[in-house]
Amino acid sequence: MKSKNKNKKRKKAKRARNREYTIISYFFVVIFLSLIGYMVYFNVAKREAVISSPYNTRQNQMEERILRGSILSADGQVLARTETDEAGNETRVYPYGNMFAHVVGYDSHGKNGVEALANYSLMTSHSDYIDQVKNEILENKNPGDNVVTTLNTKLQERAYNALGGYNGAVVVMDPKTGAVLASVSKPDFNPNTLSADWDYLVSDSSNSSLLNRATQGAYPPGSIFKVVDALAYMRKNGTIDNFSYNCTGSITVDNHTIPCFGGEVHGSEDFTTAFAESCNTAFTQIGLDLGGSNLQKTAEDLLFNKKLPIPIDYTKSKFDLGSTPGNPLLMQTSIGQGNTLVSPMHMALITSAIANDGKLMQPYYIDRVETINGTKVKSTKPTVYKELMTASEAATLKNLMAEVVNRGTGTQLSGESYSAAGKTGSAEYYGADGSIKTHSWFIGFSNVEDPDLVVAVIAEGAGTGSSVAVPVAHEIFNAFYYG
Amino acid sequence: MLNIIIELSKYLILILIALYTLESFTVFKYEDDYDKRYILRKQLLLIVFMDFTAFLVIFLKEEKLEIVYLFGALLLYLVVVQGLYRLCYKKASILLLNHMCMLLSIGFIMLARLSPDSAKRQFIIVAAATVIAMIVPILIKKMYFLKMWTWFYAAAGLGLLLVVLIFGANVNGAKININLGSFVFQPSEFVKIIFVFFVASRLYKKSAQFKDHVITTIVAAVHVLVLVLSRDLGSAVVFFITYVVMLYVATKKPVYLVAGLGSGALAAIVAYFLFSHVQQRVIAWKAPFSVYESSGYQIVQGLFAIGAGGWFGMGLCQGSPEMIPFVKQDYMFAAICEELGGLFAICMILICMSMFLLVVNISLRIKKRFYKLIALGLGTEYAFQVFLTIGGVSKFIPMTGITLPLVSYGGSSALSTIIMLAIIQGLYILREDEDEELEKQK
Repeated sequence: MKSKNKNKKRKKAKRARNREYTIISYFFVVIFLSLIGYMVYFNVAKREAVISSPYNTRQNQMEERILRGSILSADGQVLARTETDEAGNETRVYPYGNMFAHVVGYDSHGKNGVEALANYSLMTSHSDYIDQVKNEILENKNPGDNVVTTLNTKLQERAYNALGGYNGAVVVMDPKTGAVLASVSKPDFNPNTLSADWDYLVSDSSNSSLLNRATQGAYPPGSIFKVVDALAYMRKNGTIDNFSYNCTGSITVDNHTIPCFGGEVHGSEDFTTAFAESCNTAFTQIGLDLGGSNLQKTAEDLLFNKKLPIPIDYTKSKFDLGSTPGNPLLMQTSIGQGNTLVSPMHMALITSAIANDGKLMQPYYIDRVETINGTKVKSTKPTVYKELMTASEAATLKNLMAEVVNRGTGTQLSGESYSAAGKTGSAEYYGADGSIKTHSWFIGFSNVEDPDLVVAVIAEGAGTGSSVAVPVAHEIFNAFYYG
Repeated sequence: MLNIIIELSKYLILILIALYTLESFTVFKYEDDYDKRYILRKQLLLIVFMDFTAFLVIFLKEEKLEIVYLFGALLLYLVVVQGLYRLCYKKASILLLNHMCMLLSIGFIMLARLSPDSAKRQFIIVAAATVIAMIVPILIKKMYFLKMWTWFYAAAGLGLLLVVLIFGANVNGAKININLGSFVFQPSEFVKIIFVFFVASRLYKKSAQFKDHVITTIVAAVHVLVLVLSRDLGSAVVFFITYVVMLYVATKKPVYLVAGLGSGALAAIVAYFLFSHVQQRVIAWKAPFSVYESSGYQIVQGLFAIGAGGWFGMGLCQGSPEMIPFVKQDYMFAAICEELGGLFAICMILICMSMFLLVVNISLRIKKRFYKLIALGLGTEYAFQVFLTIGGVSKFIPMTGITLPLVSYGGSSALSTIIMLAIIQGLYILREDEDEELEKQK
């Protein structure tokens, strides 16, 4: 009994002596296990997202073992596929040629568009494991996965044709999901003959045909910027109901005069009328009343000067009142001139948020990835990127845009079985010959109560918004509702 | 067909290291010495099999004769070092020796695959270091006066670090190396050992007062400060943690542990606001893709490599680890993940953990406080360095730029780690001697 007690005591003493060692050992064991835990977490949860990054060019080393997968449209058409001739030479074929040139992109001379975005999936095979081993033994290439985009060939074709001979861009999106349904940019190029045309395309800086104007174009917004003014006004004053203004056809402050478009005189008007008629003088006054900092704050809330959630190459939009903001630049900025520059895609994102109760969905081009046999590998789930405005702010903007179609500059879109809303823009700029020219802009959406489609259209140097951009949007809406 | 062989080889390599890892932890179960020795011999066999498989694949893929020579050299090394230890130091820890051979093997496999020339260079250094280290256990036994050289250690350590700070070669803003002719020498790797001797010689006396601890802490802090000024952040953190751990174990006062770690965290925050290069590293850690073109490039490439590997790896010579800048020195772990797989990497982490626990266990069983603290200090340095480099490469923590001991390419690191392990072996042998004496007295 005694010796047992003694033993116990000794054990206790030993434990006390070793307490520091126990603590240090546990501390480091926890550190090592957390490393292992992180490795497991990385492989389970983060691996896919990391390796799918368009920066990842590792998969290119797989060219000897993988036959690049195809890019498909949402309606099952082939947008890009690799064909192998009898001698084993591979050619990337783009059946739609110029029509999808920018958004589908290319795979030679660097990578671009969906070809870059989905490179990892296209160069990775998830086909049947036994088939893969068989191919390895026969020294055949394994087929890379196919990528099904969100792009719709019918909408793309109608948008492409409707823009006709104008340079510019069209973006069509589903505001509820963020899926990009069509993305046109002109002038374009033929991806099938890219290698032969490359030197010419690169040297031709006057057309810049390789530039994807939908996401990389930087245009003055003109009157479509009045959407930003309206939101800033609401945020400062709480409501638009108490606004009234008497338009005399022009406004002059600090010796700087801004006239209404085409010399029109709108007379006494409320906010809705000023927006529907796109009254420049009223919005110049609104801008002056708001002040530069309020306008800048709202513009940056709408992602001007910010990173955009666009997964392919894009240009940031710019809002800049300069270091010493004087009234003239603020006046110009209020009507979408001045230093402000925006891409059609960014305007489509703002319009999507308005159409989706203020919530901007994360835009995406890839709906799902499939094996060669059509088994789903992974698919994109729509997610909210950011709430750009409150639901009530979005509802007010929706009403304003609906009135543009009902009684303002967008009446061409009225009288259809579907309803529509939007805002026109006529953005002035100096052409190559030094003369003042006008970009034709339209942003809008169809089925106002429960929006189906968002469009953003720009036709370079085409004149007023209602002359070219609105008819293009009209074509797209008709294609969607009437086929 | 070759692809199938490579495909199968990666599973075989994984099974071999998994068995090895398992036995590293189960070997303690066996009370009987004969069983233990059997397991340890089996481990050695697993290492040789793994090396053979890996080098065979690299040879088939690269078709370079020098791969065969490298394998021959590695095999010879394993046989000689294991034989010598068994012959000269019967009481040495064979598990510790096996771990060293395993980690060196992993390093040589990846180096042979990445750059056979570097592998050759590294091999010569490792072989020379091992020969030098063979006499270390004898020195430990004879040089009982080592604990009296306190201020010599401080002067030598600080002196070397100051030389680097003043004359060091500037690489990407950090001063870590001294160039001596064609040799690049990294003094902080050796000061690591001297530092532990300094701290142990200050703390081992039970009579040490609070005032003594203050002086020791100040000298230790100067070490860390000089390293911070040289922008050798990884070493600075390793020195710091090691000091706190040694102080805590020597004094048995938890308040030192808490205060030490707290002031360390505070210092890290101050450093973040003070130094732009620290901020850059934090940004590259939090959002490497946002600085992809500049400071995030290396870490993103590392993540691509780890991601490409997945659980089972691409197979040797099947990935593109050479796309990572400084892969041999800083990103060996990512290269291992890419080609040998995440599960292989996890086994390697477990082997490193086993190595640390083994050293702690040795320290625990040593009676003399001076030696006890040295073993603990060296073990802590090793463990934390492993954590910093693997955590940094995998983006678990910000990157500090420190090597993976025995695996990464780098002569100073290999030499200092091999000497470190030899010191621990020396201490282990001393303890076994002590035990024997006790037995005799009874």
